[in-house]
Amino acid sequence: MLELQNISLTVSDDIDENKEILKNVNLKIEDRFVAITGPNGGGKSTLAKVIAGIRKPSSGKILLDGVDITDMSITERAKLGVSFAFQQPVRFKGITVKDLIRLASGKNLTTAQACEYLSEVGLCARDYIEREVNGSLSGGELKRIEIAMIIARGTKLSIFDEPEAGIDLWSFQNLIQVFEKMYQDINGTILIISHQERILNIADKIVVMANGEVADMGAKSEILPELLKGSAGCRFYKGGC
Amino acid sequence: MDAIQMNLLEQVSGLHEVPEGAYNIRANGEKAGRNTTANIDIVTKEDKPGIDIIIKPGTKNESVHIPVVLSQSGLKEMVYNDFYIGEGADVTIVAGCGIHNSGDADSEHDGIHSFFVGKNAKVKYIEKHYGEGDGKGSRILNPQTIVNMEEGSYMEMDTVQIKGVDSTERVTKAKIDKDATLIIKEKIMTHGTQVAKTDFEVELNGENASTHVISRSVAKDKSSQVFLSSVNGNNKCHGHTECDAIIMDEAKVSAIPKINANHIDAGLIHEAAIGKIAGEQLMKLMTLGLTEAEAEAQIINGFLK
Repeated sequence: MLELQNISLTVSDDIDENKEILKNVNLKIEDRFVAITGPNGGGKSTLAKVIAGIRKPSSGKILLDGVDITDMSITERAKLGVSFAFQQPVRFKGITVKDLIRLASGKNLTTAQACEYLSEVGLCARDYIEREVNGSLSGGELKRIEIAMIIARGTKLSIFDEPEAGIDLWSFQNLIQVFEKMYQDINGTILIISHQERILNIADKIVVMANGEVADMGAKSEILPELLKGSAGCRFYKGGC
Repeated sequence: MDAIQMNLLEQVSGLHEVPEGAYNIRANGEKAGRNTTANIDIVTKEDKPGIDIIIKPGTKNESVHIPVVLSQSGLKEMVYNDFYIGEGADVTIVAGCGIHNSGDADSEHDGIHSFFVGKNAKVKYIEKHYGEGDGKGSRILNPQTIVNMEEGSYMEMDTVQIKGVDSTERVTKAKIDKDATLIIKEKIMTHGTQVAKTDFEVELNGENASTHVISRSVAKDKSSQVFLSSVNGNNKCHGHTECDAIIMDEAKVSAIPKINANHIDAGLIHEAAIGKIAGEQLMKLMTLGLTEAEAEAQIINGFLK
C-alpha cells in the first residue's frame, strides 16, 4: 500500500517566489487500479515524480507498505518495487530495445523472452527487438516500449504518466486492451495518470487533482459520472469559473 | 609469444590462437608469425620497417590479420604497411595494436598504413587500439592511414580505441575517385589525463564519390580530445561528417569541422554535438533499479557499441 502524508512541494520561479505545486496532499492507495485525473497543471505529473523519487517534496512523508521512502533515492525505490513510465519516453543512442527490456527485467532474458513483453504491448517483436531506442522510433512506438519495460519489471507499484499522450487512435484501442490485461495479470497496484474516459473506466478508484490539491476521490462509480457531466470539470477549477 | 603478448593479441584482434587465412604478427618489433595464401601475399619491406600486403584481383571472402603487440617498455617503432587490393577483390583486413607498458619509459608504435584500393574492390578495415600496464611510461599510438580509392571501389574503416592509450594522434587522408565510397566509423574513449587527436582529410575527386565519417567519443576525467575533419568536394559528390561526443568530469572536447565545396554539385554536410549525459537518461535507468554509476556505464557502453 502506498500512503502519502501531507505532501507539499513549493518552488520559486520568475513570477512567484513561493509557487505551490503540491499542497498538503494526503492519499492512501490500496486498490489495484487507481487513476489520477484533473486539469492540466494541477500537479498530477509532479505527484507521480515525487512518488518515484524524481522530485523531492518540500514536506510530508511517503510510505510504501509502511516503510518510509521519503528520503530514498530513485534507485532504492525502484529496488523496493516502484516502477515509473515516463510521459515523454527517453531516447538513447546505441541502446537497443532488447537492452532496455533486459535491464528492466533485471535478468539476462533470451531474445524470445524479451519478445514476449513487446508482443504484450502490440509490437511485432522481431521488428523491434534489435532497434536502437533513438529518434528513428515514433512517439507511439516509444510509449509502448516504455509500457513493456514496466510489464517486464512486474513490481508491486507501477506508475504510468499519461500513457495515452502521443498515441494515435488506432493504437489507443490497443492500449486499453493492454491495461485491461495488465489489470488481470499484474500482482500489484497500478497508478495511472490519464485524461481518457476509457482508461478511467477500468479504474477501481479515481482521484481528481486540481491546483495541487486532491479535489475529489472515490470509487469509479461515484466520480466518473460527475466528471462526465458537462460542467462537472468546473468544480475542480477553483476560481476558474 | 608469452601470456602478456597473447592477451594483447586477444584485446586488439579477438584472436585466441593463430588466425585462419593470411596473417602477420609483429611482437616487440620482430616478426612473430606469418602466413600467406594463394591470393594474398605478405612481403617484408627491404628499405624500411614494414610489410607489403598484396591481394590478387578478384579475391573474395578472404581476410588478413596484421596485429602488432608491444610488451617491452621503452620500445619505439615506426612501421610502414602498404596494402594493394586488386580489382574486384572483396576482403576484410584486421589490424590493431596493443601496448603493455609496465616500465617507466614510454612505449610508442607509429604506423603508416597506405591503401591502394583497386577498381570495384571492396574492403572492410578494422583497427583496434589498446593499452595496459601499470608503469609510469606512457603508451603512445600514432596511426596514419592513407587511402587511395579507384573507380567504383568501397571501403569501410572501423577504428576503436577504448582503453589505456595515453596519447594518440590519428591522421586519415583519403582520395576518392569516381563512384567510390569511403565510410569511416571511429570510436574513442579517453580517461585520466589522456590526449586523443583525430584528423580526417577527405578529397572527393571523382563524379559521385562519397564519404561518411562518423565519430563517437567519450571523454572522462581530465582527458582531452580534438576532432578535426576536412572534406573537399571537388566534383559532383556527397560528403557527410558527424561528430558526437559525451563529455564528463573535467574533460575537454573540441570539434573543428571544415567542408569545402569546389564544385556546384558538391553536397556536403557536417554535424557536431558535444554534451554531457542527459539527466533524464540517467533517471530512466535509475527507475529500472540501476545506480547512477551503473546507468552511466550502460549509456556509455551503448553509445560506443
